[in-house]
Amino acid sequence: MLGFFTRRLLQVLPTLVLVSMLIFGLQQLLPGDPALIMAGEERDPKVLAEIRHQYRLDQPVPVQYVYWMKGVLSGNLGESMRLKNSVAELVAEKLPVTLQLAGMALLVALCIGIPAGVISAVKKETFWDYAANLFALWGISTPNFWLGIMLIFLFSVTLNWLPASGYVLLSENWKASLATTAMPAFVLGNALAAVLMRHTRSAMLQAMSADYVRTARAKGLTEARVVLKHALRNAMTPVITLLALEFGALLSGAVLTEQIFTIPGFGKLIVDSVFNRDYAVVQGVVLITASTYIALNLLADVAYVLVNPRLRG
Amino acid sequence: MTAVSTFPLGGNPGSIREENPWARAWRRLRRRKGAMVALAVVVAMVVFALLAPWVAPYEPTATSWSLVRKPPSWLHWFGTDEVGRDVLSRIIFGTRASLGAGLVSVGIAVSAGVPLGLLAGYAGGWVDTVLSRVVDAMLAIPFLILAITLSAFLGPSLSNAMIAIGVTTTPVFVRLTRGQTLGAKVEDYVEAARAVGNPHWRIALRHVLPNIVPPLLVQASLAIAGAIIAEAALSFLGLGQQPPAPSWGSMLNTAQRFIAQAPWMAVWPGFAIFAAVLSFNLLGDGLRDALDPRHK
Repeated sequence: MLGFFTRRLLQVLPTLVLVSMLIFGLQQLLPGDPALIMAGEERDPKVLAEIRHQYRLDQPVPVQYVYWMKGVLSGNLGESMRLKNSVAELVAEKLPVTLQLAGMALLVALCIGIPAGVISAVKKETFWDYAANLFALWGISTPNFWLGIMLIFLFSVTLNWLPASGYVLLSENWKASLATTAMPAFVLGNALAAVLMRHTRSAMLQAMSADYVRTARAKGLTEARVVLKHALRNAMTPVITLLALEFGALLSGAVLTEQIFTIPGFGKLIVDSVFNRDYAVVQGVVLITASTYIALNLLADVAYVLVNPRLRG
Repeated sequence: MTAVSTFPLGGNPGSIREENPWARAWRRLRRRKGAMVALAVVVAMVVFALLAPWVAPYEPTATSWSLVRKPPSWLHWFGTDEVGRDVLSRIIFGTRASLGAGLVSVGIAVSAGVPLGLLAGYAGGWVDTVLSRVVDAMLAIPFLILAITLSAFLGPSLSNAMIAIGVTTTPVFVRLTRGQTLGAKVEDYVEAARAVGNPHWRIALRHVLPNIVPPLLVQASLAIAGAIIAEAALSFLGLGQQPPAPSWGSMLNTAQRFIAQAPWMAVWPGFAIFAAVLSFNLLGDGLRDALDPRHK
């Protein structure tokens, strides 16, 4: 187990280094002189030279990277040029909002995706199976920004049930907070539910044809017990680990969803920084996202081995 | 040769010949209603994109102050937008941006990803290690976030959005091709090709590549669906097609501001994206079943 963990960790490290190089390298794609962009209206060569010196733009790219990396490793992700806050502060402020949204979306996805997957596997090739598959196709093919706008039209404009935009902190007023996040959470969860349904369906189909399910049936257990206790429990293992891979899709979705519902979260921070040419924030945020993704996948791998005794070497 | 002569009377010796695998796949695909409807939609969209100036009832950028935000009517089937442009015409012209982005960016991803994947899978060793780690690194950044970041750093335009989406899609093709190549490399026919003394490049291109085309084709269809959504998302954010040129994503962006007064402005572009993405997804699913040799 320890050997497996060390091996995976050693595999992850070069990936992390490459991610950081990639993100740092993006800066080189910027057209024009970054010092000119930072200086804004200022065109005084002395000021420009100072900016170049301050941000080490006068040094070779690899040297710049080493300085940047040194900062990152000591927790300094740089500073927002627009908001004058440190990137770490900004992330700490925005992350809880997105985590709440993502948590609620996950709940929506689990509540829809797993039952739908189980039903379509148990009632294979019946109306229910086709309906569930149709739902999954719809979920995968619907652009979430369209779904969001349509929900706003229905629930905010026409029915006047939910606010169209804005966000209230959970700690401030939980009712208002849930009202502002209900639609975005559904929009985000809908796509994930579709993916979850497909995974659950195939895992359940596999589990239902396993020997232990036949044994459970032969023992005279009720079908509900066979499905829920014997098959589902075993089928959930790969599904839960696959969920870790969907973290990226959830964050991608949050970018658009937060934009539509004007929720001041992680995704909106990325878009706002992109439009304000606040590249330090973009780099910092993308680096944190990628590192979290890598860490989650590592955890999922470890969890998979932990719950699956046959994989322990 | 004696086998043919002992064939029962009336039996056609030609019929025992192996059916061409592509003909078989097409025959199987034709049986799948969903995939055929999807194919019809895709063909229709290609036709609309190519013939847009002749099919569209109006100029997509022609404004009219007397026609601001008019609901759907006989003259304007999908209504008009905030400056009096015909929504239907803009959707028809928008097919160009969406389909174009889907095809060009997946084209970029395939032409970069497949050779790299072949190289990694076939050569192995440190080449494989380096390429695989780079792929891991790129896949660690969520798809849309990488696409947004790339197109932001490149500057907002439709062609930069295509490049950004193409680059972001490339690692998927590298990984898939590599995996398939590793599987094909140990097959007997590759062994045979090597035994006859074929050079490596010839084995990779003539013996491995043709045998891994089916899964690549399936992935390409699904990737086009993903690229169409991504282009719409980038245009929605203002990073893709620049106004006044029509694109489904940017139409939705404007529509959101007028959702209370002119909901039709949001319904149709969104539905167009949905139909396009659904079609490529269905086509990909259908191709997967039709090309899978284990299926009957």
